[in-house]
Parts: sequence; C-alpha cells; structure tokens
Amino acid sequence: MLEIRNIHKTFEAGTVNEKKVLKGLSLKMAKGDFAAVIGSNGAGKSTMFNAIAGSFLTDEGQILVDGEDMTFQPETHRAKVIGRIFQDPMKGTAPSLTIEQNLAIAYSSVRRGLRPAITKKDREVFREHLARLDMGLENRLKTKMGLLSGGQRQAVTLLMAVIVTPKILLLDEHTAALDPLTAEKVFRITREVVAEKQITTLMITHNIASALDMGNRTIMMDDGAVVLDICGQERANLTVEGLLQKYREVKGQMLDNDRILLA
Amino acid sequence: MTNQILGAVELGLVYGLMVLGVYITFRILKIPDLTVDGSITLGMAISAMVINTGQPWAPFAALLLAMLAGAAAGSVTAFFQTKLKIPPILAGIMTMSALYSVNLLIMNNGTPNISILGSPTLFSMFQHSFGVSKHTAMILVGLLICVVVVALVEFFFTTHTGLCICATGDNEEMVRATSVSTTKMKWLALALANACVAVSGAVYTQYMGYADVTAGSGTIVIGFASVIIGETLCIKRSLAVGFISAIVGSVAYRIIVAVAIKTNLFPTYFLKLVSVLIIALALAVGPAKAALAEYRNKTRRLRQHAGNS
Repeated sequence: MLEIRNIHKTFEAGTVNEKKVLKGLSLKMAKGDFAAVIGSNGAGKSTMFNAIAGSFLTDEGQILVDGEDMTFQPETHRAKVIGRIFQDPMKGTAPSLTIEQNLAIAYSSVRRGLRPAITKKDREVFREHLARLDMGLENRLKTKMGLLSGGQRQAVTLLMAVIVTPKILLLDEHTAALDPLTAEKVFRITREVVAEKQITTLMITHNIASALDMGNRTIMMDDGAVVLDICGQERANLTVEGLLQKYREVKGQMLDNDRILLA
Repeated sequence: MTNQILGAVELGLVYGLMVLGVYITFRILKIPDLTVDGSITLGMAISAMVINTGQPWAPFAALLLAMLAGAAAGSVTAFFQTKLKIPPILAGIMTMSALYSVNLLIMNNGTPNISILGSPTLFSMFQHSFGVSKHTAMILVGLLICVVVVALVEFFFTTHTGLCICATGDNEEMVRATSVSTTKMKWLALALANACVAVSGAVYTQYMGYADVTAGSGTIVIGFASVIIGETLCIKRSLAVGFISAIVGSVAYRIIVAVAIKTNLFPTYFLKLVSVLIIALALAVGPAKAALAEYRNKTRRLRQHAGNS
C-alpha cells in the first residue's frame, strides 16, 4: 500500500545550515498495517511524514501509494488519499466554523459544485460518526469548533481524516497534547477506526508502551533511516524495557562510531 | 432631517455591496484587502462609459461589466499574494495604484470626471416603469440589488467551496489537508469580493449621475467602519447574519454621518477622520470591556478583603 524507496532530503543544501534529515529511508507497508514509529528528536520522523504527505519534494528516491507514483505529486493531490493529524489540536480544524461545517469540508470533497455542502442525510452520517466518539458531540452539530476542548477537537480531526476512508493515515503524536484520560480515549477511537476500515497507518509516538501496544508493527528511526522494524511474535515478546534496551543499543552504537572517529 | 436620513439610507444601500465585499475579505478571508479603493472606482468608470452609450440595456450591462472587471482586479491581487508571495496589504496597494491609471484609461482616455446626466439609469428606468417618486425608486432599486446579491452570496457560502473559503481564513493547513487548494480559495474570495465592490461602484455612478476618478479614495476605511458598526448592531455572529450585517452597517454608517453633519457636529471634510475614530472606538470596545471586568473583579475582592479584616 505504501512504499518508500531510498528517499533522501537535505534542507538548506549548500549553506552552513545544511542539514541532511533523511538518508536513504526505505519502508514498505502492506494494506491494513498499523505501525508505531519511535525515535529520538531529530531522527526524521516528522520529516518522513512531510515527505509522504508532499509538504516538500524529496531530493532522491520514490514514494508509492497503492501503486501510484506520488514522488512528484503536489500536496493537494496526495491529500485525497492521505489523512493526516498533527500534535497541535488547533491545526486540524477551522475554529470559526461549526462541527458539521468542518466535517462537511472533509466529507463532501467527493461531490462539489454549486449545491449546499450539508444535506439532511449528511447530518445523519455526521451524527452517527460523532456518537461513536462518546463525547456527546452528536447533539452539538452547530457548535463552533473553537468552543471545543483540545481532546474533542482532536477526536473530530480524526473523524475528518477518516470520514472518507483514506489509503494512508499519518498520525504525528496526535495525543501528545491531551490529558491521559482523553489521550486514552483518542487512542481507543484510533484503534477501532483503523481496524474497522483497514487503513494503512503510521503513528509517531514517544510513548514506548503504546508503541508496543498499538497496531501490528513497531518501527524505530534514527539519523534519517529505519533502524529497527519488528512485528509478529518478536514484537509480542518484547517488553517496554526490552525496547528501551534496543533503543539504547542503537544510540550507543552511534556514540561508539563517534568515539572511533574522534580517536 | 427626514430627507437627510432618506438620502443616507439610499447611499448606504448603494455602498452596501462594497461593504459586503470588504466583509468577505476582512472578516471571512481575514485579509484586509486594499484593492477596494481601486475596484470601486473601476466600477464607477465602466458604468459611466457604458451608460453614456445611451442604450436601454446599458444600465444592466454596466453592472455585468463592472462585476467582471472587479473580479479581474481581485484576481490580480490574488495573483500577487499567492503566486508572487507579496504580503496581502502591499498586494492590495499595488493593484489599487495600478487601477488609478486603468480607470483613467477607461474614462475617455484620461478625463477625470464624466457626467452621465440625461442617459437612462437603473433608477430612472424603475421610476418611469413603476410610476414611483425619485427617492422611492432609489431606495427600492438599492434594496433590490442588495437583497439579490446577499441572497446569492449567502447561498454560495453554504456550498463546499464557500465553506472552504471560510476555512482558508481560519486554518490554511487544514484546508490543504483536505486536498483543497488555498491558492484557488483566496483567488475566488478576492475575485468575488472585488466583483461586489465594483458593482457597488457601478450603482454609485448611476445614483450620483457622474463618475470621478478620485471618488473611490478612502473607501476601504468606510468599508471597515461599516463592517464593524454592522457587527455591533447585529449581535449574533453567524455567517448568515454577517452578510446582512454588512448592509445594515453600511446604512447605519451613512445615517450616523448624516446626523453628525446635519447637527453641525463636524464639517464634511472631517468625514475620514471620524471614520477612523469610529473604527478605533469600535475596536476599543472589546479591550475596554475586558479591562472593566478585571477592574470590577479587583475592586470587589479588595472591598471584601477590607470587610473581612
């Protein structure tokens, strides 16, 4: 479903601020795969998401979604098949529009033109979806988005991303700004929706426990590439402590390399 | 006094679509678009030239052509903003300045003032076909144009594209994430807004009986002031009410000005200064309310504290 072949990205190439962020990153995801992505700050996790979503073009390599070559496609084209949620709950919705208007922007993208964006039938669909969030939002369709709490907004953002089933879902620490209880709720909804619609999902997280608990794969990134990719039995046997150990090993190796370099 | 008020209502309705255009850019797209000063004069100039053909269809053609020209002017500003990445205010100023030359070009190759007296206008045609008085015709025609355009705009903003324009003013990233081009949305909104403004200019020429190349200067300030007054009068801030509040604000602004001038509160040339004061005062309401609430909170607690000890 998603195939990333050896992508490279350097920011501000040729200046003193030159920064090689992605260095030959490759990743293959089958349909319905749900991978948690971990890695230290600056490992290139968010940059990988930006590359997939098309916020910039890569310097080298190829990105394929469901067989379609997306390498040179603009962001708006990719957004048709890629849903994306950010850490900041403010980023995903329009605060001065109502809940139903926000959902309609994501929902009626399949049928545009000069007719009202929200029909009676749409409202029913919205109500049904909102009811699943279990936040009482199904009776507040005409409430302005700006009046909702961060957790509610993030839940609605999640709905917007999946109301027209995307091929790929990118979750960039989408619960990091929420309180533990709300985060748990959003995690639960994420898990349900992804499983039900069989969406190929990548989820960046700094929560090691949920990196093992959510989905069927755990991917560790470091220095612009995937350094660990575990699934199946190996993953099931892995404990939080075990994963942390592997994490340290990866970072330790780097340190050793540096020491050799400096010696 | 009644006459002055009636005249103010007429002028308010004539300028109503200009305020509607300002509302679309200023409140929905959240970009102050200074193209307005140029595009309203563009509408006036085109209207005068078309009307002076003396044809019976001219008053209608004037509105249509002004609308298209206004949309084109808005498109130029949108091009500056989105493709050349020029800051919105500068982009508007550039188009506005360029339009000054364009307007003079349209007006008989450089005549700064063109009269259309004697040629049929929307107002004179309405007056004769329905046998009503001049001022009744002016109010009814002005009202009719505003109602029709506001209804169309209201409908447009319930469509998917309309919602996306609103969202663009709110959160561009989110709009792009739903595979909608924000460049296109800004372009549409600026074209629509300036089309409204130019139509307002075209009606103004037919109402006043002349077009003057300087008549548009300072329009944007009147637009802002009217938008703010309208919002203050129509308290509920939903989108549907917003468009109507633009027209209400335009009329209210003219009534305030008429009353002030009639009662010799200030001379006519103080108009722009007073407009700016109105904007400043209206914008001060929010911060002042907050400061007052804080002050009350503080004094109440200090008093309680004094009572307890």
